[in-house]
Amino acid sequence: MDASISFDEVFRTEWSRLVAVLVRDFGDLELAEDCAQDAFVQANRTWIGGDGVPDRPGAWLTTTARRRAIDVIRRSSRYQDKLAELDVKAKRGPERSTTGDLVDERLTLLLGCCHPALNLEAQVALTLRLVAGLTTEQIARGFLVEDNTMRKRITRAKAKIRQAGIPFYPVDANVLRVRLGAVLHVIYLIFTEGHSSHSAAQLVRGDLCDEAAWLAGLLARLVPEDSEVHGLHGLILLTDARRSTRVDADGLALMLEDQNRCEWDRAQIQHGLAALGRAIQLGPLGVFGLQALLASLHATAATFTDTDWPRIVRTYDMLLQLHSSPVIELNRAIAVSYADGPHAGLREIEPLREILNGYLYFHSATAELRRRLGDTAGAGEGYRLALGCAPSSAEERFLNSRLATLGGDGGENESA
Amino acid sequence: MKYALLLYSAEDVGPQGEKEMMDEMPRWFSFTEELTQAGHNLGGEALLPVAMSTTLRVRDGERITTDGPFAETKEVLGGFYIIDVENLDEAMAWAEKIPSAPYGSVEIRPVMEIPE
Repeated sequence: MDASISFDEVFRTEWSRLVAVLVRDFGDLELAEDCAQDAFVQANRTWIGGDGVPDRPGAWLTTTARRRAIDVIRRSSRYQDKLAELDVKAKRGPERSTTGDLVDERLTLLLGCCHPALNLEAQVALTLRLVAGLTTEQIARGFLVEDNTMRKRITRAKAKIRQAGIPFYPVDANVLRVRLGAVLHVIYLIFTEGHSSHSAAQLVRGDLCDEAAWLAGLLARLVPEDSEVHGLHGLILLTDARRSTRVDADGLALMLEDQNRCEWDRAQIQHGLAALGRAIQLGPLGVFGLQALLASLHATAATFTDTDWPRIVRTYDMLLQLHSSPVIELNRAIAVSYADGPHAGLREIEPLREILNGYLYFHSATAELRRRLGDTAGAGEGYRLALGCAPSSAEERFLNSRLATLGGDGGENESA
Repeated sequence: MKYALLLYSAEDVGPQGEKEMMDEMPRWFSFTEELTQAGHNLGGEALLPVAMSTTLRVRDGERITTDGPFAETKEVLGGFYIIDVENLDEAMAWAEKIPSAPYGSVEIRPVMEIPE
């Protein structure tokens, strides 16, 4: 036994593998989840109770869960039709995939959770439950919904998988190619929900960021030859390296220029750069890779003024060619304002007013530009328009604090 | 698993008039034939326009009929297939080949299995 491995670490590495193997062997999501859970409960009792973590905890868990599953099937009428199938499996013994082109079971599970016949909310919830191993309560907390709402969402998704015949069978390269985008989207959504919760009193919910980083890392190991997978992994690592500095002691959002760069997580930035490097090697960069590139330019600038703004503007141009979006244009305009001054930024931002009129960050960005130009009245108007866009309580406090700084002297330094 | 593929489309899109309808027929024949050859076809029908519909309800033991479809929607049911395939992915692969899929939509609805 290896005393250095804790129960939590085993859970982390083995949960998704265990669920995936059980789904593959028994073809039933609910059964797989229940038996995986039972095996961990039993492991907790046995290992903590004195035996310690065994040498191969994965094998121990698989044997325990499989035994439990067979037991459940024998006793339940619902699973009668599985008995014949099971005899075949039993004769084959503990499963090793027999065909060479099967992908890792965990990837199969991930792709199944992100099946296009499930709505996005269901995909996210299932991924966090079945792959990341979060409890329903944890997921509910992450997405700020009632436990009961989340429980219903997951139950409905599992019922649809069973009743509509959504398959979790081994995936071939073609299915992977078609569906990988959905998996990336789900992981990205988990990350953004954790990173910038618009609905929460607190701005960052680290749990979800951690889960997204872990899922992206897992995917990068399972699909090592895809540029966007590494791009997303890099984006999450590089962005999340700034987590601790994004809010001040009172939970108030801090702008990039006010963040203490010494507190950025250097080790994580290194990991993020390595992931981005792989994405570039496998390139050309996609939407996530280019955003990772943007994050890397911020993460490696010694100070805010040292930032290579012209390069950031050019990176936004590349991003807009792949994915045109007014929010990206807004961010590009802000970068232009640092590359060529606030006047240039305003010229770029104004054409977006109509389409982004209900968008909080459009008004706060415009206000910042006006503030930098010494236009206190214009800045105040912008912050007030932003306050009218249903801000979260953290955003509201932030905007009010910006309004307060305008006071009598709005015209501080222009070059920021 | 058995699925109903319910073919919806707006009546003013797709082939209009007899000639266009006839021109589209070979594609329906080839789809149906392909489905049958593969052993998945449990049947299906094309339906006449909803203007020919009569909707009937029984309320308090009385028969109430309406001239027209159940609901006034732009997309109407124009036909259906019942197929027997392994899973939803296979059902989706067949649905994608249906001639009206490019201008209408195909609802893939699992058929209720009555336990023995």
